[in-house]
Amino acid sequence: MAIEVRGVSKSFGRTPVLKDVSVDIVSGSLTALLGPSGGGKSTLLRVIAGLEVPDAGNVLISGVDATRLSPQRRNVGFVFQHYAAFKHLSVRRNVAFGLEIRKRPKAEIRARVDELLQLVHLEQFADRYPAQLSGGQRQRMALARALAVEPQVLLLDEPFGALDAQVRKELRTWLRRLHDEVHVTTVFVTHDQEEAMDVADEIVVLADGEVKQAGRPQDLYDNPASPFVMSFLGPVTELGGRLVRPHDIDVTAESVEGSTAAVVNRVVHLGFEVRVELTAGDRDVWAQITRGAAGRLGLQPGDTVHLRPVPAAKSLAAADA
Amino acid sequence: MAKYLLRAIALLYLLFLLILPVGLIVWQTFGDGLQNVIDALTSEEAIHAFQVTLQVAIWAVVLNTVFGVGVALLLTRTNFPGKRLLNALIDLPLAVSPVVVGLALILAYGRYSTVGGWLENAGIQVIFSIPGMVLATVFVSLPLVVRAIVPVLEEMGDDQEQAARTLGAGGWQTFRRITLPGIRSALGYGIVLCLARALGEYGAVAVVSGKVVGETQTLTLFVEERYLNYEVPAAFAAATVLALLAVGSLLLTTLLRPKDGN
Repeated sequence: MAIEVRGVSKSFGRTPVLKDVSVDIVSGSLTALLGPSGGGKSTLLRVIAGLEVPDAGNVLISGVDATRLSPQRRNVGFVFQHYAAFKHLSVRRNVAFGLEIRKRPKAEIRARVDELLQLVHLEQFADRYPAQLSGGQRQRMALARALAVEPQVLLLDEPFGALDAQVRKELRTWLRRLHDEVHVTTVFVTHDQEEAMDVADEIVVLADGEVKQAGRPQDLYDNPASPFVMSFLGPVTELGGRLVRPHDIDVTAESVEGSTAAVVNRVVHLGFEVRVELTAGDRDVWAQITRGAAGRLGLQPGDTVHLRPVPAAKSLAAADA
Repeated sequence: MAKYLLRAIALLYLLFLLILPVGLIVWQTFGDGLQNVIDALTSEEAIHAFQVTLQVAIWAVVLNTVFGVGVALLLTRTNFPGKRLLNALIDLPLAVSPVVVGLALILAYGRYSTVGGWLENAGIQVIFSIPGMVLATVFVSLPLVVRAIVPVLEEMGDDQEQAARTLGAGGWQTFRRITLPGIRSALGYGIVLCLARALGEYGAVAVVSGKVVGETQTLTLFVEERYLNYEVPAAFAAATVLALLAVGSLLLTTLLRPKDGN
């Protein structure tokens, strides 16, 4: 294990932010801490980095108890949401910072910084200052800076949160590729389930200061442990008192065994997929079907159709009956 | 029409308030030729007053800089009970009259007070000597450095410092390599303001110094003494020097002011 978090609790004032949290992070993995804002995921990341001291519990990094170690002794790389670029230093000096602190020989620092700038595609910006870079470039610089000291673990706190959607997607793909090249154990915090599913090998869902579920993205999506995890990881709708994924609902013109009658309210064509909004009894429900299926059914508002979950569908009892 | 009237009023106001008095001082100083000025400024007392002023000002600036940076970091980077009280106390010297400051220092550190007596026994005379004058000057210029850098520290946030820590920098390295460069301009501004205030301080220093000619006489006290003794040329010459120092520091502050944070 690269990181073992054992029974960590932390409160700010009287507000508990982490309640007896335990997480194992496998060496070389890319793990997402996923959850809604205020769920404690950033705090957990800062506890791992040593930027916050837990009230109880332990943090082991590479098998060594690091709970009482100050951040500068943990050898972790940390990337902040708002970059935390050293404004008065050039890109080159920013990246070199950790190596200069470690008093490495000048030639070695130069070579290593060049290599890293190449890795993050900032070679031609080496002599610029952070203020002259775009948000995405600054974040790549921050990543190179964190990687320069060859950290045991790389921690990223909402690394793409401050970037616009387009750059965010690019950087996401790029981070995945970078991880495949560098293989450093990486943990990143996000509130965006799509981002987590796209990038991570492992997802830890944190909410209300507790680990709700941890596992591979596919497993979490297919076998959510609770209605919360199910609805956080993807779209859900309620059919006959159970939570179902809208793409797991069969829409048929005739009544079949186990189906529920529903009235079509609206048919929305979203390119390949078609979203059908219906009312079953007094409940709103929606189904996601393909364009072909919608065409065959010839759905019009006011039509009565029959809904049932597909045979292999995962469903959970809805929390509010 | 109203526009021109307003401008004329503003200019007249400044003329009578600022330009006329300061201009007349310079005029009076150089009116009798340069030799008189040089004579007045090279008298033994004048040179001594310069030295005392410089000594007191430098000590005050050094102490206020160290203390100011420390308190500003305390106010922006930590949380502790009584923080708001400390924050309010910092501004106290702005509200208290310098004469009151001087009297308070005499009460606390005079020969007949507990602390003063104890120090006197240890061979340190505070009141009517340089330490007391430094104390008085430090007191009146206390908020200047703190107030100059607190907003910059707040705006800067502690992200950069935390990043430095995770990269292996210790507390002192983080301060020297990250915090200090971030507040450099503001700190320079605060120091120059503090220096200007220290050079020009009169009230508190007048009370605690005892105004001993050739001993505890600063430049401002020298100006007053010469003027009261009808040695007007010497008074004007020293006053001009003080005014020039003030203008010099003001120019420095304008050079330093608009920089941090970009």
